Amino acid sequence: MYVAVKGGEKAIRNAHKLTAKRRRGDTSVPALTLEQIAQQLAHSVARVMGEGSLYDETLAALAIKQARGDLIEAAFLMRAYRTTLPRFGYSTPVDTGAMLVERRISATYKDLPGGQVLGPTFDYSHRLLDFALAAEDDGAEQPVEMAENDDQAMPRVTDLLGDEGLMEPDPVSDEETPVGDLTREPLSFPADRDLRLQNLARGDEGFLLALAYSTQRGYGRTHPFAGEIRYGEIEVEFFAEELGFAVTLGTIKVTECQMVNQFAGSAQAAPTFTRGYGLVFGQAERKAMSMSMVDRSLRWQELGEEPMAPAQDVEFVLSHSDNIQATGFVEHLKLPHYVDFQAELDLVRRMRAEWFEKRQQQEQGEAAPEAAQ
Amino acid sequence: MTDTAQIPDSVHEQGEYNFAYLDEQTKRMIRRAILKGIAIPGYQVPFASREMPMPYGWGTGGVQVTAAILGKSDCLKMIDQGSDDTTNAVSLRGFFEKTAGVRTTCETAEATIIQTRHRIPEKTLREDQILVFQVPIPEPLRYLEPRETETRKMHALEDYGLMHVKLYEDIAKNGHIATTYAYPVKVNDRYVMDPSPTPKFDNPKIDRMAALQLYGAGREKRIYAIPPYTKVKSLDFEDYPFEIQQFDKPCGLCGAENVYLDEVILDDKGGRMFVCSDSDYCEERRADGHLGPMAADPAAARVGNTKTGETVR
Repeated sequence: MYVAVKGGEKAIRNAHKLTAKRRRGDTSVPALTLEQIAQQLAHSVARVMGEGSLYDETLAALAIKQARGDLIEAAFLMRAYRTTLPRFGYSTPVDTGAMLVERRISATYKDLPGGQVLGPTFDYSHRLLDFALAAEDDGAEQPVEMAENDDQAMPRVTDLLGDEGLMEPDPVSDEETPVGDLTREPLSFPADRDLRLQNLARGDEGFLLALAYSTQRGYGRTHPFAGEIRYGEIEVEFFAEELGFAVTLGTIKVTECQMVNQFAGSAQAAPTFTRGYGLVFGQAERKAMSMSMVDRSLRWQELGEEPMAPAQDVEFVLSHSDNIQATGFVEHLKLPHYVDFQAELDLVRRMRAEWFEKRQQQEQGEAAPEAAQ
Repeated sequence: MTDTAQIPDSVHEQGEYNFAYLDEQTKRMIRRAILKGIAIPGYQVPFASREMPMPYGWGTGGVQVTAAILGKSDCLKMIDQGSDDTTNAVSLRGFFEKTAGVRTTCETAEATIIQTRHRIPEKTLREDQILVFQVPIPEPLRYLEPRETETRKMHALEDYGLMHVKLYEDIAKNGHIATTYAYPVKVNDRYVMDPSPTPKFDNPKIDRMAALQLYGAGREKRIYAIPPYTKVKSLDFEDYPFEIQQFDKPCGLCGAENVYLDEVILDDKGGRMFVCSDSDYCEERRADGHLGPMAADPAAARVGNTKTGETVR
């Protein structure tokens, strides 16, 4: 109804009330607690923290609850909250080699120092609906047998390869040029790898997944091997100027993926393996793997490859990876556009009138000679 | 009582936002971008756009610009499609009422800052007013060249041939320049600029306008500006001069001519009326006793229904 557009204020208020009511649903069903969400929907929480760019499980759980399970909406809530937080500084680089590992697998070695640790995973499970879960009570907790934690060091696979010179070295950080931050400086192109990785870490899981998949199907092949995927807890440290040393702020759970890719080498560089890198909050392997594959694809220029696929196109990938931006702009089409539509209506009507006029003239022109005969 | 999580205190302390939501550092950053934009009319200044509590594409650029320039004594008018009571205008006005507590108005003459989407008020603006535009795609060359690296180069070299070719092709194909809104302009004889998706009807208004014009694109992270009394020329050809839309009829409610009209469909039998898109302008005229040809129509009572709930009789 037209009135709905005009009398916006009241309608908006009521719509929000109705949303709140629908969010809660049937009040005879107990409301979700944030702990339930944080504990039992951990992958949702990880995704919202990652794409929302804010590590806080409780707030992510709140966002998921408020967004009625719409994870992009929840990530948006996190972003909007994050932007209001004061910025004290930047943490020191985290050391994923020192991770308290819960899961660590390598697809390139059968066994390796530290071993393969399967940990919690959907892999190798049969995707059969577990009707026992449908029961109110999940049943007694099953005892889980865990491997002995013998405090054996768990070096990263890429470091093992690097020792032999087979893996390109990690780029050395340059103290002079600080790491970029696209939340503080607008992204400009060409974007360096620091900004690209930051962008991908915040990027939409589905978008990155599709791009990574496209490279596997021939749109810019990168010959990837999952060198290592590890998930666990790491400490985040902050260098306090006043103290003169780094203090631990706390621990976060992250998933790291190091993709090992082939590289033929060149006149300047001996053949080595190259890497694609992925690091995301929480347990989010699909995202970490996709990120590392897209990261590798975006490195075509420095490795002297030919650009030929969407996943290699830095502007295309980085400009469209952010789902908060994407959803906002796509959904803004719901806003009234009738002023512009009116302008188009006017033009199309005019062009149609001219078209019919022209056709009529043509028909008359064709009819006239016949009449003359 | 369920143990609903240990929510950190910070969650409950929310509500204590800075004046006009943004922190002062961010406002300073935005003001620097605005000043640069004013110094180089029509040039798109990159700025570190923040995530706002409304979605990208829903006015985050305009809101950030307004927040950065808003003072306690300002009086804010918020319009969308020319009207104060379209849903998003209501929502954004509410945002500033809540976070800044400034006075708001629907009257164009009363406002010191007017934030708008898709329209420029019919009433001539003054030097002591600022017009803030919400911009979805700031780059006028974007649809011709999708790459930012390329378009920035084209602006730097003042290489606008592509745009003229596009307009020429329009004429060759359709007999008209088929751009009806977001019609490109050249500012101060230098930069080609997108005047945001206002209908081209409004383009003459931005030429040598007395008020300062600020354009904010949040998602695309760009701010640009047109200082007061700056020359703004709509692109055209000598033999195909720029022209604005013409309406055959006056406003059905207030009888205004030479204003932009919205078409309102009244029934499914082809009944329609045209009314002022600028709702404040229309109301003021009606208050002054101007009556349009359809003012007495029952439909007019519904369409012309004002915010106060009065019907036009």
